[in-house]
Amino acid sequence: MTDRVLLDYGSGGKASQRLIREIFLKHLGNPGLNRLDDAALIEDISGPLAVSTDTFTIFPLFFPGGDIGSLAVHGTVNDVAMLGAEPRYLSCAFLLEEGLDMQDLDRIAASMGRAAAECGVQVITGDTKVVPKGAADKMFINTTGIGRVITSPAPSGSSAEPGDAVIISGTLGDHGLAILTYRQGLKFETDIQSDSQALNSLTCRLIQEVGDIHVLRDPTRGGLATTLNEIASQSGCEILLQEDQVPVRREVQGGCSFLGLDPLYLANEGKFICILPEKLAQKALEVMRSHPAGRDAALIGHVREGHKGRVVLRTSLGGHRLLDMLEGEQLPRIC
Amino acid sequence: MNLSSEFRDPDLCRRVLEQIQHLADSPFRFMEVCGTHTVSIFQSGIKSLLPENISHLSGPGCPVCVTHDLEVNTFLALAKMDLRLATFGDLMRVPGSGGDSLKKVQAEGARVEIFYSAFDALQLAVDNPSENVVFLAVGFETTAPTVAATVKVALNQQVENFFILPMHKLVPPALLALASDPDIRVDGLLLPGHVSTITGIEPFMFLAGDYNLPAVISGFEPLDILQSIQILLRMHKEKTPAVINNYKRAVADQGNPRAREVMQEVFKPVDTAWRGLGDIPGSGLSLRKEYLGFDARRKFEPAPLQPETNTGCKCGQVLKGKILPPQCPLFSCVCTPAAPVGPCMVSTEGSCAAFFKYSL
Repeated sequence: MTDRVLLDYGSGGKASQRLIREIFLKHLGNPGLNRLDDAALIEDISGPLAVSTDTFTIFPLFFPGGDIGSLAVHGTVNDVAMLGAEPRYLSCAFLLEEGLDMQDLDRIAASMGRAAAECGVQVITGDTKVVPKGAADKMFINTTGIGRVITSPAPSGSSAEPGDAVIISGTLGDHGLAILTYRQGLKFETDIQSDSQALNSLTCRLIQEVGDIHVLRDPTRGGLATTLNEIASQSGCEILLQEDQVPVRREVQGGCSFLGLDPLYLANEGKFICILPEKLAQKALEVMRSHPAGRDAALIGHVREGHKGRVVLRTSLGGHRLLDMLEGEQLPRIC
Repeated sequence: MNLSSEFRDPDLCRRVLEQIQHLADSPFRFMEVCGTHTVSIFQSGIKSLLPENISHLSGPGCPVCVTHDLEVNTFLALAKMDLRLATFGDLMRVPGSGGDSLKKVQAEGARVEIFYSAFDALQLAVDNPSENVVFLAVGFETTAPTVAATVKVALNQQVENFFILPMHKLVPPALLALASDPDIRVDGLLLPGHVSTITGIEPFMFLAGDYNLPAVISGFEPLDILQSIQILLRMHKEKTPAVINNYKRAVADQGNPRAREVMQEVFKPVDTAWRGLGDIPGSGLSLRKEYLGFDARRKFEPAPLQPETNTGCKCGQVLKGKILPPQCPLFSCVCTPAAPVGPCMVSTEGSCAAFFKYSL
């Protein structure tokens, strides 16, 4: 193997075979993948299935708290889990830029392998393409996940009902701020880490031990504010959010305040919103707080009739204001 | 001591709010002239908690909002030339004449990069000696000194491919224009905390001395703002107008003389046009003779489109506090954050955007 990825590695010839064996099978191998057939054969799951796909283009490839490989596993596993499913299998397509450091690719594949093992999924089919230098930014990864839905009806963004409680599984804004500050080379007193993690083991426990979960949704791009707006709009109800109950780490709050950003709009990669009947809220919080992925879980709001599709924030001071969806990405301010 | 959380303490804030309610026995209109105040007042919910007879107006305090159309068209013309533009993030979506914005021209191939500091833009020029880099120098007294320092470094290091487009504006001359406008009825001013760290209190003394306007330099946390409103109210009620520094943990009364020195060494005050306010004497900054080589206008001679004069946008009246954003006929129908007609709707710190984003 060369030090850098060559166009040959995407040719389908001997070089491709070497790359598959020495990198991908080494880190991701399992009986399904090792067959190296054109498609993966799934024989052991039936019933309603959840499928989700996502493409990861994050820059930088390695960041505090994770890398593009672990993120590509967590992101898709979490999306499948949000449908009340137990994720089982992943497909994985790599788009590599000619000249990519082979050691970086090896580290990323290893990280994917570890992440997949931790959340109990197997990569059973994959693809590799190499594009000429400049045609892509180092590496993009697409993963598709499939899992068995273990509850009926499956949770959905359109199932929130007036009287439901809104719970978040932990602190907000960690991933978005970690990436932004790392990209810009900004240093704060405390390092801010991405929260990238798999949520499926916690969501499965919630389904089994609490039940009657109306909505599960992970507030990734656009953050909590955007996701709550989507839910309010899909469900045709209003959500009232209590600012003083929303968990945000002190260093994230400080960084956001410095940069003119709002943690409620920053991306998260290891948190989810759970909406369920108020009477089950306490039990759900207990289950969440007893799990490493939900230690900082908090009840942050309620669903009510109100103005359909609107999210209202009750501020710490007791004032009320609209919590709207952003037009585009947040832009840091001048002063 | 965690200053930031103390100044957000809900109990302390509620106590000050009660005192404000007690003092507000007649209508009172106060104006802030800093985008960060605008956002903080909306974001914290202060807007919804103030007594009904206290009106909050957002003046010309967002550097993006007061950037004149001709300046916007100038940097858009530069973006289409063979050079790299370095900008603060706020300017990316500001619409120019003809519907262009930096975001749009970037998608069409212009090389536009977001920076947090002019020094980083200079570094980009140093790292890429064969390419010309132009930094879009917007902002008030807060940003002008660091841009001036960057230009000085560029001169000392003989960096020949770094330029700036000077569009800085000065706050005190704009407040003079507002205070002396007989149409503007404001009972008190919340003065900008960031700008005051540089200017100090002296340039604002005329507000009370010449125009009987109470004015308070304020910080940005909810308690800072509430206390400052309370002080304004008391001065108004007791008819004892003064200019008070209520942000002493950050603002020295004499400001930052060193920063002003650098600013004055590199820039000289000139008359300039503000969006919505028109020409204001001595309110802009242009490069002094020895630094003219860094002026992107001279080097590249961009040919900006002439601004459209009749868009229907009432930003000017909003910035003067004559109308509230929802009173503009374009607000939320023609002019939205998705399709902003004026910069007051595009900048996160613009008053129209704040109304659109936060008002119930």
